[in-house]
Amino acid sequence: MGGHLNINHLIFLGHGALWTIGLSLIALVGGGITGFAIALARISPLKSVRIASGAYVQLIQGTPLLVILFLGYFGLAAIGLNVSPLAAAGISLTLYVAAYLGEIWRGCIQSVPKPQWEAAEGLALSKVQRMTKVILPQAVRIATPPTVGFMVQIIKNTSLASVVGFVELMRSGQIVNNSLFEPFAVYAIIAVVYFALCYPLSLLSQKLERRMGRGMTNLTLA
Amino acid sequence: MGIELDFPAVLQRWPAFVGGAVLTLELAFFATVLGAVFGTLAAVGRGAHSALIAGACKAYVEAIRNTPLLVQIFLVYFGLASVGLKLSAFTVAVAALTINVGAYTAEIMRAGFEAIPRGQIEAAEGLALSRPQIYWHIILLPAVERVYPALTSQFVLLMLASSVCSQISAEELTAVANYIQSDTYRAFETYIIVAVLYIILSLVMRAGFWGLGLFLFPRRRRLGTPL
Amino acid sequence: MQQNASPIPPIVSLRDVHKSYGTLTVLDGVSFAVARGEVLAVIGRSGSGKSTALRCIDRFEKVDSGEIVVCGHRVDLPDVDLRALRQDVGIVFQSYNLFPHLTIEQNITLAPCSVKRMAAAQAKELAKKVLAQVGLEEKLHAYPEQLSGGQQQRAAIARSLAMQPKVMLFDEVTSALDPELTGEVLKVIEQLAADGMTMVMVTHEMGFAKGIADRVVFMHRGKVHETGPASILTAPNTPELTQFVGTGRLKS
Repeated sequence: MGGHLNINHLIFLGHGALWTIGLSLIALVGGGITGFAIALARISPLKSVRIASGAYVQLIQGTPLLVILFLGYFGLAAIGLNVSPLAAAGISLTLYVAAYLGEIWRGCIQSVPKPQWEAAEGLALSKVQRMTKVILPQAVRIATPPTVGFMVQIIKNTSLASVVGFVELMRSGQIVNNSLFEPFAVYAIIAVVYFALCYPLSLLSQKLERRMGRGMTNLTLA
Repeated sequence: MGIELDFPAVLQRWPAFVGGAVLTLELAFFATVLGAVFGTLAAVGRGAHSALIAGACKAYVEAIRNTPLLVQIFLVYFGLASVGLKLSAFTVAVAALTINVGAYTAEIMRAGFEAIPRGQIEAAEGLALSRPQIYWHIILLPAVERVYPALTSQFVLLMLASSVCSQISAEELTAVANYIQSDTYRAFETYIIVAVLYIILSLVMRAGFWGLGLFLFPRRRRLGTPL
Repeated sequence: MQQNASPIPPIVSLRDVHKSYGTLTVLDGVSFAVARGEVLAVIGRSGSGKSTALRCIDRFEKVDSGEIVVCGHRVDLPDVDLRALRQDVGIVFQSYNLFPHLTIEQNITLAPCSVKRMAAAQAKELAKKVLAQVGLEEKLHAYPEQLSGGQQQRAAIARSLAMQPKVMLFDEVTSALDPELTGEVLKVIEQLAADGMTMVMVTHEMGFAKGIADRVVFMHRGKVHETGPASILTAPNTPELTQFVGTGRLKS
């Protein structure tokens, strides 16, 4: 009835874990760049841009990630665009992350205290200078704890890429299980590995949030 | 090169879509109710005097929040099977979703508990109310009112997350979509339709919670101000 | 019959009570007693220990040593029956602490129904009665946030009265109120005293204390520095009390 768990299985799972980290980084970078654009679009002076980006966010946030993945993989294939599981997962996760990070970052930009916006205007800085020299540096400080917290979500969400055949940690586990037939034990190990990846980030995010509590008072005193 | 989309061909399968949507709502309903109770108990347990109970509740919350739902579903599925329990996919899905949303509910409720001013608890003690009475009347009910928007969002997210239950053959909306797209070869249209349906389900759930809130919280209904 | 012993024991008595927070001594051998129907005013600077002494009476603070007897309960002992104690003692706080999610009526009926197992209809009648006592009958179905500070405090007094306590404790109940609102609360307390309620009041209102208190306890650095009838407020014996009332508002 299947073999025993040996070092080859563990190496295979290790590979899967590396791909999980890799896919998470792709989603973070791709989704981060796109999400930044969305955040700016959400506060654009042009109403049409605000509405369009708002609609995008509502659409993505109202759809399960799995459906977006299926759309990216099976959907695109059905209309003639064949994509690899990695590409499908990468694109889907990027779109997904962009919507959520965009919303988080929009909130952070808007929570930079109003006096800061007014001071920057009063110094006759151009729009671009205002954003890059005054608002965004402060927004980045506010945004760090929730962004780190959201990275935990990204790592967990990469597990769904297994469903479209991408061999990350979850799929590696399924493949290992197909030779071992010990599903509970295998998935327990998988869970522990995910925990090891996510928990440190969760703790970091909480620590940053506590420190932000003190930092925010400094911001308003200035 | 033209991309031919044929929505009508897929839309004529609407009974199957409706069936899947109904099952999704059923999953969400049972997991919400059970998860709310379970999570509230875990939140109460976090504040228990016994370090064992408090530690166990914290461990539960952190374990769930730092592992993917897909892994949790498989663990519940195979775990139950390994102790010989043959349950329907629906029951297993409800169990896994309950355990999952219970952890997030516990965090939300705990924040609500901690926002209750100490003075009100002292006033309740001064009126000779017992600890369980204080917990119920002075801590729990106002905490629920205060965190109700966060709870609503959490349960809507739960409904969206139920799509993962398609992987253990629960016949909810995403599973229906998978079946229809493999049958009609119209994957793109199918998943677009299903995405729209999920958005509609989110709106329906939010409306339902809003109405429930008006019923549960007479103060909110009369005054319109947050607690 | 012994001529020296008082025939009726005091309803509240503190004897040589000590309490410290770490190295900070808050109560340094506090002793005083309150007879049935008596109104005792406890005055002193911030940090003199007066609020702590009051809270010890209803076991909101534990004492390190000393004896506290309230309505026959030994409050200083760890096994005191708190719920029985708090049915005999009513306490009103500086920040009113009304339950914001309940109407005034529900605030008042909660304890009688839950603790004394009173029937709902009976509790509602009781609520009307105590609200009339404090002059707030029309606010029965209002929520606390719809009331002014003075009204909320009067409602809090009514809430305590509904449990029919033998002793009422008032912990600086007008300190959080705007000056024009303190009058309505003081009027209610004055009426309660006239009706014979045993009361211990921690207060800054010197004129009021002089008006209704039978006896005054002046606390200074954790000790009972001076005590006597209300007249000590106009004719203090110790230099510390002289200095204290000199700075207080004394409206005779």
